[in-house]
Parts: sequence; C-alpha cells; structure tokens
Amino acid sequence: MSLAHLTELTPDGMAIERHWQELASRRRAYSWLIGIGLLLAVSGSLWFANESNAGKFFDRLPHFFDFAGDLIPRDGWEVWRALFDLPSPYFDGSLKFDYPEGRVYVLGAFYIPEYFYKMLETLNIAIISTLVGAFFGFLLCFLAAKNLVKSKLIRFVARRYMEILRAFPEIVIAGFFAAILSLGPIPAMFAVGIHTIGALGKLFFEVVENADMKADEGLRAVGANWFERVGFGIVPQVMPNFMSYALLRLEINVRASTIIGAVGGGGIGEELRLSIGRGHQAKTLAIILLLLATIIAVDQFSAWLRRRLVGNQAFAFGGKQS
Amino acid sequence: MSAITSLNVADFESRYPDVFNPSILKRFMPLIIGASVVLYVIYCWWFFSIGTVLATGQWQRAEIYARDWVSYAIRTTVRMGAEGTTISYPRFSELGDNPKPDWAIQQGNDVTITFGTGKSLQITPTQVVAKRGSEELLVLIKPDGAKPQGTLPDWATLKEDQVTVNFGFAGTADIIPERVVVSRRFFGWANFVFDTASPFWNKSVGEVASMIVSGERIKPEMSNAALAFDNIWYNSSWQHGDVWTKLMQTIVMAFVGTLLATLVSFPLAFIAARNIMPNFFANQITKRFFDFLRSVDMLIWALFFTRAFGPGPLAGISAIFFTDTGTLGKVYSETLENIDDKQREGVKSVGAAPVNVQRYGVLPQVLPVFASQALYFWESNTRSATIIGAVGAGGIGLKLWEAMRTNTNWHNVAYMVVLILAVIFIFDSISNALRSRLMGKQQ
Repeated sequence: MSLAHLTELTPDGMAIERHWQELASRRRAYSWLIGIGLLLAVSGSLWFANESNAGKFFDRLPHFFDFAGDLIPRDGWEVWRALFDLPSPYFDGSLKFDYPEGRVYVLGAFYIPEYFYKMLETLNIAIISTLVGAFFGFLLCFLAAKNLVKSKLIRFVARRYMEILRAFPEIVIAGFFAAILSLGPIPAMFAVGIHTIGALGKLFFEVVENADMKADEGLRAVGANWFERVGFGIVPQVMPNFMSYALLRLEINVRASTIIGAVGGGGIGEELRLSIGRGHQAKTLAIILLLLATIIAVDQFSAWLRRRLVGNQAFAFGGKQS
Repeated sequence: MSAITSLNVADFESRYPDVFNPSILKRFMPLIIGASVVLYVIYCWWFFSIGTVLATGQWQRAEIYARDWVSYAIRTTVRMGAEGTTISYPRFSELGDNPKPDWAIQQGNDVTITFGTGKSLQITPTQVVAKRGSEELLVLIKPDGAKPQGTLPDWATLKEDQVTVNFGFAGTADIIPERVVVSRRFFGWANFVFDTASPFWNKSVGEVASMIVSGERIKPEMSNAALAFDNIWYNSSWQHGDVWTKLMQTIVMAFVGTLLATLVSFPLAFIAARNIMPNFFANQITKRFFDFLRSVDMLIWALFFTRAFGPGPLAGISAIFFTDTGTLGKVYSETLENIDDKQREGVKSVGAAPVNVQRYGVLPQVLPVFASQALYFWESNTRSATIIGAVGAGGIGLKLWEAMRTNTNWHNVAYMVVLILAVIFIFDSISNALRSRLMGKQQ
C-alpha cells in the first residue's frame, strides 16, 4: 500500500493507521506460523503413518478402489438372493453361495432372512443399551445439577462417575465382559450401555441446569419435598430435550453396536467383516445395502421425532456427540 | 382471597377443555410408553436369552481379572522329596533367573513363606502349618493326601487329597502330597521399566543412573544410555516401543483424518449451501454425496481400506477422512445456510467480486464455528480411532483387543487403557481450551 494518501491524515490519524498496519502484519505472521506448523505436523504424521503401514501409500494407491471390485456380484439378482436367503444357481457347496443356510425359521415354512435377523440383533443391542443408558443417566443427572443439589460432594462424585463411564473406551468394556460371559451380543450391550450412561448423563444434567427454576420455586413455596420438586417442576420441562438427546444417542449407538459387533460382538457387523474378508461379493453388497437402509431409516425417524419434540432448535448446528 | 366457587370451576373447565378433559390417548400416553418399554425389555431378555447368559457367566473370574490389572502373582512350588526340600520357580519368572525372594526362606528342609503380617506358611517334610492372624491350621502330609487337623477355618478348603489355603489378596497355597504350590500376589506392575534379561534389571534408580553416567560400557557397540533406552523400548513383557508406536498411530489417524476431512468439506460445503450456490442440482448432488459418505459408516470404510492399504494407520486415516467429510460437510453447509445475510449484502453493495463477498461477508461469521466443530470432531475421533483400530485399521485398538483376548495380559490392558485415557484427557483439554478461545466464553 502506498503511503501517499497518508499525507492527508493528521498526525493522530497517521499514528492510528501505523498501529493498525502493525497489528495486521502481526496477525498475518501468526496465521503463517500456524499454517506452516499444521503443514509440518500433517506431513510428519503422514510420513509416520506411511512408514508404519503394512502397504505403502503409493504402491497401494492403484488398489484404492479395489473394494468396488469386491462389490460386483455374478449377476444383479444375486444381491436379492443373498438378502432374502433364496437359493443361488451358482451354488457349488462353498460358503460363498450358501444363502439358504442362514434362514431363521419362525413358524413352519416362514423364515426371517439371516441378515435381517442379524440386523435386528444389532438394532436391539442399540435400542436396549440406549434405554438402559437413558434410564441410569436420568437417575444420575439430577444429582449432578448445580441448581438441584447443594452438596458439592454429591455433585462432584456424580459428575466424575459419569466422566469415567464416558471416557472408558467401549472396546475395553466389551473385552472385559467378553472374558466373563464369552463373546456375543451381551458384552456389546454392556459396552454400549455403560458408555451411554456417561454420555447421556452429561447432556441431561446440562439441560437440567438450564431449566427454568420458577416452577421449582412455586413447588417449594407450597412445601414440596425434593422428589416432588424434581418430578413436577423439572422433569416436565426437560423431558422433550431428554428424549431428543436419547434419540440422537440411538443414532450413534446403532453405528457403535455395528462396530463392536465387527470386533466380536455378533450381529450384522461380524457378518460384514467376515463377508468382506472372504470376498463374498453378493453377501457384502447385500449387507451394506441393508445397513445403509437401516441407518438412514433410523436417522430419518429420529430426526422426525426430534423435530416434533423440540422443534428446529435441535438442528441449528447439527453435530455428533461422543 | 376468595375460595373457588362451582361457577368458577365450570368457567375454567369451559375455557381450558384440553387441560381438564384431555383425549384418552393423551391421558394414557405415559402409561402406554412405559408399558411398551417394559414389554420391549422383556422381549430383549428373551431374544438375547440374557438370563441364561448372565447365569452361566463366570463371575468369579471378574474379580481375578480386575485384580490382574494392578497386581501380579509369582508362582513357586515347594517340593518335599526324599532327597530334600527344594523351591522352584517357573522359567520366565518375574524374579529373574535366580530368584531369592525375602518372602520364601529355606532353612535345611524347612521352608517359611510369609504372606504379609500375621500370615504365613511353615512347611516341613511331614507337615504344613498355616497361620492367619490368631487362627492356625495344621495339615499333615501323608502319601495318600493332605490331612487337615481339627476343624477347617473358612479360609481353607479340602478337595479330595488337596487343601487350599486362601490368604486373600496376598495369595493362595495348594497343599498336595509331596509339594506345596504357592501363588504370591504383589501390588503393582512387575518389571515395568527393565525386563529380567536387561543388565539394569533389579537395580535402584541411583545405581542405574550411575551406570549410565560413569559405568563401564556393558556392550561395547553402544553407550550405556543407549542400551538402557533400548532395553526399555524392547521390554519383553510390556513392549513399550510397540505400544507407544501404536498409540502414536491412533493419534495420527484422528489428527490427519479430521484435518483432511475439514479441508475437503470446507469448499464443498459452500457448493452445498443453497444460499451461497443458487444452483439446485449442485446443492443436491453435494448434499447427497455427504449423506452417502456419512451413512456408509466408519466401520465399512475401515474394512474396505484395510483391504486396499493393508492393516495400518493409512486405512484408519482414510476411513475417518471419508466419514467425517460427510458429517462435517453436512454441519458446515447447515451453518452456512443459517448465516446472517446482512454482511454479504453490505460487501456486495460496494461492488466486491464474488470471491471477496464470501471472503469478507461470509467467512468471518462462520470460521470460528467451523474451527470449533473441527476441534470437536478431532476430540471425538481420538476415541473412535481406538475402536476402528480393532478391526485392523491401525493404532492401539487391535493390540488392546488381542491383549484382552488372551485373558492373561490384563496388566498390559491396564497400561494401554491408562495411556488412552491420558491421551483423550489431554486432547479434550486442548480442544476445549482452543474452542472456548474461538467461541468466546459463552458456554
């Protein structure tokens, strides 16, 4: 910028202009420093990741879209057959085409296709652990709220307890219970449920702390005890928000229980991992389609219900919780 | 104040009919919801046969495993043969090749093993005396079995020819004809720094320091400091080097994955926001693309990229990158659609070029929110990276899972969990501090 126009300014104006220029250039220098720092961190990290990876990035890059090849079945109807456990014309005794094997017979000749059954298992894990998590989170959150509990000690204990439940990696809880109960859906349920207690408890008590205390004041004025105050003053206010958070958590838990399933918790996740590992194209595609449809359906249902419960405010910035 | 008359009551009822006479559905809604939840729980109980699984679970193991997190047991066998009494330790004992612990003392053919104050085991070739506080149990050793004398205290059990004495946390002893098998438990992690093969093993901090600073070279090809580091890094039972490398991988996965996702979703979000890109098809295509990336889920991406790149952090980075491009893109485009239009109008009205309208009219509003969301995702991905690691996408997840599956390495599990919790805690604090600086202290 030329300084010609500065001659028109008074000495004070020039001082201000100079000061502004100084601030701006310092700001620019900081931006550059942060940018360079990030660049160095990323290139260092990428180098490290590449060095410690089994395959090298540039060697394996041509195989980047190999997975698409894992998804192309012998013919289009194979996916349909895999999804609904119908016999395949390519059946050769191998696991690849043994679709009818997995049928789960319910009544006479009526059966639930294997993947639908497994998907149901995963969904049930997600729902029951959300229910359990919401139940215990509900009980705990009032103890952690500043506006309801005077005792610092109780609040401290309740909050730290929820923090521990939340921070503990799900996979460790799953592994520990798998050692006691053997692998299966129940350790997965424990893992997802315990994590949910901590995560929902935190969101819940923040809602409670933001509640309007006028109702509580009124109840106190007529001599209600603590439980009555919570039950009639706070709960009706916070319930829609609680439900909304629980539904949001359900969306996350469907994904979480699929992942835990893949590690050994049963359900559709395990089927998917096995199927991808063995290169069963039709089965993989069928599972992915089913999983995609379920996740989208759960997300849409939950979004619809949340919109009805709390209006659009829950969607202001979207986002996921952890 | 006057009492409410019947006229008032009728008046209230007519004015607020939906409060006093709610529809049946509304009146019984809580009951219906409650009943269906109970029914659902019963159904799940049956579906997963939770009752049977819980009943057949080996809960006594839970205590043992939980104890293994913070303590270790040393097994020793005392043999009372014809050629004298011997104490033997397993080959790879935590006590090294030639153990001489102070809790097992041999005098001729007699052995005394102490289990802390007041608890001990006195072994002679013909009898064993177990003491626990004021109680004492005499067990005679006969060729056909161990014979306890008097009534058994509740800390001892007799099973066929074998007496098991339980000293609580400190350990147990099985008294069998001609030998006593002792398991002595200690609090802490054994040989955490140096393993028994290391020349620095079982030395105090001062001794190790003086060996490093002024000692003779133990191995001629490297200095003692390098040797000490090498011994720690390759500690055979704790595998510090491997654990820290894997932990670093997890951190890198979350960091690079989130950063790349931010960089890619940032420009795409401008295309997806309908107030910025007034082209319906461009909006819809980018939005559906985000939905696709998001819904396919991190697990599926992780499994695919593990096949493409082989197991390792590249797979994890790609999985996080793909999923979060979708999620961040959605969040960013929603943020952009909610911006205040006045600033843009102002910049536009002075005749700025379209790029400058975005740069000065939009960016200052959304950048703090964008950065804060990216930090939030970074935080949450540090947790997710642990889990997807377990399916082979690199990082500490797989190591953790394998350590748990062996059922004997719970102390290693504890070590890794402590590291993971520390990493999560540190990154949470960094991200929280940065976010509150970006967004101001309103929350």
